[in-house]
Amino acid sequence: MKLSVWTYEGPPHVGALRVATAMKGLHYVLHAPQGDTYADLLFTMIERRNHRPPVTYTTFQARDLGSDTANLFKTACEAAYERFQPQAMIVGASCTAELIQDDPGGMAETMGMPIPIIPLELPSYQRKENFGADETLFQLVRRLAQPMERTEQVTANLIGPTALGFRHRDDITEVTALLNHMGIAVNVCAPYGATPEDLTRLGAAHFNVLMYPETGEAACRWMERDLGLPFTKTVPIGVGATRDFVAEVAKITGLAAKLDDSRLRLPWYSASVDSTYLTGKRVFIFGDGTHVITAARIARDEMGFEVVRLGCYNREMARPVRALAKEYGLEALISDDHLDVEAAIAEAAPELILGTQMERHIGKRLGIPCAVISSPVHVQDFPARYSPQMGIEGANVIFDTWVHPLVMGLEEHLLTMFREDFEFHDDAGASHHGGAHVARDAGGLSAPRSGQAGTPPEDISEQEKTGEVIWLDAAERELRKIPFFVRGKAKRNTEAFASEHGLGEISIDTLYEAKAYYAR
Amino acid sequence: MTRHTPLPPTMGCRNAPILKERGQHEVFCGLTGIIWLHRKMQDAFFLVVGSRTCAHLLQSAAGVMIFAEPRFGTAILEESDLAGLADAHDELDREVDRLLARRGDIRQLFLVGSCPSEVIKLDLARAAERLSAKHAPRVRVLNYSGSGIETTFTEGEDACLAAMVPTLLESDARQLMVVGALPDVAEDQALDLLAQIGVEKVTVLPARHADTEVSVGPNTSFALTQAFLGGTHAALERRGARHIPAPFPFGEEGTTAWLRAVARDFGIDQAHVDAVIDAPRARARKALAKAAETLSGKSLFFFPDSQMEIPLARFLTRECGMQAVEVGAPYIHKALVGPDLDLLAEGPVISEGQDVEMQLDRCRAAEPDLTVCGLGLANPLEAEGLCTKWAIELVFTPVHFYEQAGDLASLFARPIRRHDLLKLEAEE
Repeated sequence: MKLSVWTYEGPPHVGALRVATAMKGLHYVLHAPQGDTYADLLFTMIERRNHRPPVTYTTFQARDLGSDTANLFKTACEAAYERFQPQAMIVGASCTAELIQDDPGGMAETMGMPIPIIPLELPSYQRKENFGADETLFQLVRRLAQPMERTEQVTANLIGPTALGFRHRDDITEVTALLNHMGIAVNVCAPYGATPEDLTRLGAAHFNVLMYPETGEAACRWMERDLGLPFTKTVPIGVGATRDFVAEVAKITGLAAKLDDSRLRLPWYSASVDSTYLTGKRVFIFGDGTHVITAARIARDEMGFEVVRLGCYNREMARPVRALAKEYGLEALISDDHLDVEAAIAEAAPELILGTQMERHIGKRLGIPCAVISSPVHVQDFPARYSPQMGIEGANVIFDTWVHPLVMGLEEHLLTMFREDFEFHDDAGASHHGGAHVARDAGGLSAPRSGQAGTPPEDISEQEKTGEVIWLDAAERELRKIPFFVRGKAKRNTEAFASEHGLGEISIDTLYEAKAYYAR
Repeated sequence: MTRHTPLPPTMGCRNAPILKERGQHEVFCGLTGIIWLHRKMQDAFFLVVGSRTCAHLLQSAAGVMIFAEPRFGTAILEESDLAGLADAHDELDREVDRLLARRGDIRQLFLVGSCPSEVIKLDLARAAERLSAKHAPRVRVLNYSGSGIETTFTEGEDACLAAMVPTLLESDARQLMVVGALPDVAEDQALDLLAQIGVEKVTVLPARHADTEVSVGPNTSFALTQAFLGGTHAALERRGARHIPAPFPFGEEGTTAWLRAVARDFGIDQAHVDAVIDAPRARARKALAKAAETLSGKSLFFFPDSQMEIPLARFLTRECGMQAVEVGAPYIHKALVGPDLDLLAEGPVISEGQDVEMQLDRCRAAEPDLTVCGLGLANPLEAEGLCTKWAIELVFTPVHFYEQAGDLASLFARPIRRHDLLKLEAEE
């Protein structure tokens, strides 16, 4: 038993739902009690889908237990087939149905349906959402894909994009454009937009593009072994990774590596002088393994940030993330407990968090800006505009998105110049962000910056234990003159310096001695 | 402003045939009630003993992640807990000890049963007794089930309040108990009105704090503010308390009828009551007049959700001039919603339970002007051209009593106004 408050991943059947919802002509019959239908709103509300997910929930109740839950399942299967006429069905159990052991897969197979029925075994008490998606796609592909003659023209399958994925919709467009520019057409994109019939044609492609290892790797490995389709290992997020991806595709296909970078702006934006202020910004990176690995490279090599800690919540990616962290001289944080992540962020005191919607909330509480780079995401991470993460436009989008939460370079200089000004004080925040103007707070050091409209966040996490060292009044006033975006770090460094040197009090001198000590 | 509520219909819906359906239910389970119950009882913690699905439901249904560590959580059952129940109890004790050690502010702990915990027959009543003995007097530990195999959405609150009833103090005092978790603003208004009317001793279940003494006994009359409290109703009657049947306090008419029923029960002169409520009644009518202009003559279709559907249909048809096509509710307790059914003119299909596919067929055929439904259905129906109101807002928003009558009507009018406002075609 493990106490959990917020979770990064849902149960594995939600992963299966992400696959089913992304596809067309497929129906999912889920043996589940009432209430599990909440999963529909993930797609209809968070992703704003205009269709109900193609799922039938058997909705068994306590009074059905021990009598006819199995029959209920059969009726639901028949009704779903009659009503929706799918090309194929997947069937399985949610966590509760797993316990009553009705064996939906076995039952469905004996029903003599005229379409392929693919049973799913998703262990709810061991695995999670990403596994569920990966396994579901794998089972679908294994059942439906056939070896067949390759297309005459070089073609590729795009593997991995699902419903509720972070920017999957737009990444598909971007990667398709990258391939088209090299003269490669897309054979099938799966599961996003594919029908079961499309899956039977997967084998006609010359290779697979594994867009998201989290949800597509098992299928790609099977197709490599059984259909002889090689797959790409580079995920084209960031300028360097996109160039590497193009080179990898060229190597696989024997075609010339061609990249149209006429619209690529990240390198110049990063080189331009306003970006000088980005140098050495301390970033904390957390999310799913794939997005963290790509973000780390962009952060260090393309933005000039300093990565102070990185990690992922999906254990399946622990190994590559640990290896990467080592390369950066860091210890990876592999955890799906958001309280651990919050503690690690507080300890690292970064100037920017690149994370998920969980880290956005953590950032709000700690007063640290955050840009979202990975699932889990919320409704605001499904923008109306085109905003991929992959390819050329993805790199441009990432530059804008990561810089947006920060104070602009020109503004940072003004802040330093006018930090004593009653109107242009640093608590006012960046001028391009909305929100009410915050009056300068004459009170304590750590007055919380007011949240957005609505209920203020209730911070009940443990207070930091910084009580051993006393700040003298003058030093405290001096600290307040330091711009807010470095103040936390200055405070921490000074306190660390003081305790290291056995000082019980912090004076102005201590503050500046610490500053000199930590100067980089 | 001069428009008054129509006379009661000659034929209400109390004895109308009920279409009972069984099939896929597109509703939340009872765990969802934790979202508002934990805000109401600020020293209580709700510990769901369940699966990752339960935890995922709570965070998805609520979207309340602004709280670092909210006063609810899920003890997620793992493979090893399923193997041996004895160990599961040990594990639960350990998690509770850890939780209570960290959260010194917690005075009441609810162990909330879920589908998996019910199926493996994890005895949470026994666990609650054991843990209560261990952590008394600082913390009282209670249990109830919010599982989807036993409870539908708001029935979770019902199960929670019913679990509290046996622990209430015994009292012979003549008193009124107001039952139902309301937002503080609405609750305070009700208490103020009751005081002005002259009901002297009033208690509220659930109380905002564990310290507040709430008592019950043979001289207690209780009035429900929520239509889904069937189990609590039965539990209070078992304690000797008497139910005051009344329409639910939605809108001007509902609130007036509710207050008058209470006053009658306490032998208070109606002329006095009318003098007290005259001004707020007029305000309520004025406040909802504008929204009623939008709603008047429009047809209405309720998918089952919170069990508030029948009282709301009564409000929308009688005070806002709408025409109900179908009023679906997950369950219909006639002892509770009977007075509302009396006021709801015959005509609409009254349905109980759900087969969502069949109901969608009926809804599409009826093409109602406004469909009240859950979050899973709203956008898909909008995409088909229907105008929808998501039902969950009705349980999160203050909608009871006079001063909220206008807000309640506006919740339904806004989607219709929006449909009229949006112009996305070329002008020509």
